[in-house]
Amino acid sequence: MSNVEQHGPLVDLGNDRPQLPARARNLSPIVPRATIAGRALVAVVAIMTFLASLTTGTVLLVSASAAEWQSDVASEITVQVRPQTGRDVDRDAAAAADAVRGQPGILDVRPFTKDESAKLLEPWLGSGLSLDDLPVPRVVVGRVQPGSTLDLAALRKAVVQAAPTASVDDHRAWIERMRSMSGATVFAGLGILGLVIVATIISVSFATRGAMAANRPIVEVLHFVGAGDRFIADRFFWHFLLLGLEGGVIGGGAAMLLFGFSESIAAWFSGTPVGDQFAALLGTFSLRPSGYLVLAVQAALIAAITAWASRRTLFKTLDEIE
Amino acid sequence: MVRFENVGLRYGLGPEILRDLSFAVPAHSFQFLTGPSGAGKTSLLRLLFLSLRPTRGLVNLFGHDVSLLTKDGVANLRKRIGIVLQDFRLLDHMTTYENVALPFRVMGRDESSYRKEVIDLLRWVGLGERMDALPPILSGGEKQRAAIARAVISRPHLLLADEPTGNVDPTLGRRLLRLFIELNKSGTAVIIATHDMTLMDQYDARRLVLHQGRLHIYE
Repeated sequence: MSNVEQHGPLVDLGNDRPQLPARARNLSPIVPRATIAGRALVAVVAIMTFLASLTTGTVLLVSASAAEWQSDVASEITVQVRPQTGRDVDRDAAAAADAVRGQPGILDVRPFTKDESAKLLEPWLGSGLSLDDLPVPRVVVGRVQPGSTLDLAALRKAVVQAAPTASVDDHRAWIERMRSMSGATVFAGLGILGLVIVATIISVSFATRGAMAANRPIVEVLHFVGAGDRFIADRFFWHFLLLGLEGGVIGGGAAMLLFGFSESIAAWFSGTPVGDQFAALLGTFSLRPSGYLVLAVQAALIAAITAWASRRTLFKTLDEIE
Repeated sequence: MVRFENVGLRYGLGPEILRDLSFAVPAHSFQFLTGPSGAGKTSLLRLLFLSLRPTRGLVNLFGHDVSLLTKDGVANLRKRIGIVLQDFRLLDHMTTYENVALPFRVMGRDESSYRKEVIDLLRWVGLGERMDALPPILSGGEKQRAAIARAVISRPHLLLADEPTGNVDPTLGRRLLRLFIELNKSGTAVIIATHDMTLMDQYDARRLVLHQGRLHIYE
């Protein structure tokens, strides 16, 4: 506590006293922004946010597509009727279709015709195929009522009774594989995200240390005039928070634009063979609005991490400066 | 206000440069700290300013044992001490006015509450026309006056000055001494480290003489 409040003016200027009131001044910031390696840090945070957003966006896309596939596959059962010498495969297919139709929980049943079966095999065997020459099984697809639980044992029994060469596939193995694949993708995405965040913290800590080293004389003078570490840290902290936000907005914004642009590209190619293959593999290449929200929250989170990492480094560095 | 008991100081494993210092600085007192170059005047000032800790002995400042102070405690005590260093330590990106007003900014005071006081003091030390100049374009003497103004502006309870008139002409030196005397009359204890005999002869005050690491006091 100074004793400034208890006394009159320190100096008496007498006739030298200026007649005009002193004008208000725009004070310079205590820590000049130019002394902080701002551009490099903004670039680092922007790149990290961009990579994190790409990772998160891709994980969200893959999860959504996997869920879409799973629900598609889980809502169907397939009956395969194998041809056998002495049996009419068409009649067996029709009998199997009737058996499936008779089960509770089945919405509709569609036996694939000869031509449709040929079309299914076209990618592997080429066009102009005559199925009469090959022992190709027939497929019967049944659509399951959403939310209903099928009695698979009863269904299998009924189908085998109707057509002894038929077998029922409920796609469980597929679903399991898909579930583990999407789980692995999400896990890998989280791993990459973790690495990106650690790299951000390290970069920010280095940048903060650099800024503190460049401003060491200022810190020493502030200590001389009685400034506490909290006061000094606050002067630096706002710079780093703003830099973090700037980097987060640039990186997150660029990633969002990229996802939006990719969505438009996918829309342009939709209906073409390439577009259809792509859609079959990755589903609809579009982030939901909630996905964009997640990216925005993530960008803000990275800005907050930048600020936190710099504050932590500030206090550690201030401890080393007398 | 300040009490040293058997204080010793050494840097690293080197010899003790201050030995068995025992003295007190009463409130409202005025003293010169003198001695040959290298006698340890600056080190003693740094001990008083808490930027060095003694290697032995007890230092008590404003009733606080400095060995028990936290970092925040040191910062709070420093708000009651003004210091003028030989290398001035002005902030190059701030104008002379802003440098002098810095202690008030650190206290969180509004600029309008101290503007007049800072300008008056700057005029008093002859820097009225250099208020908006940045330190790199100030002469050595001007920097020294700005550093003195910054140290005294908040009316500290204790003022430490290291060769405060080393870079100014005798007339300005006398003017600055008057400023210190005025400050002392308003309640500040003043310690001026100098080996300028002319300056010391201008004011009858207690003399603390450092010689070969030991302190001799002439009341």
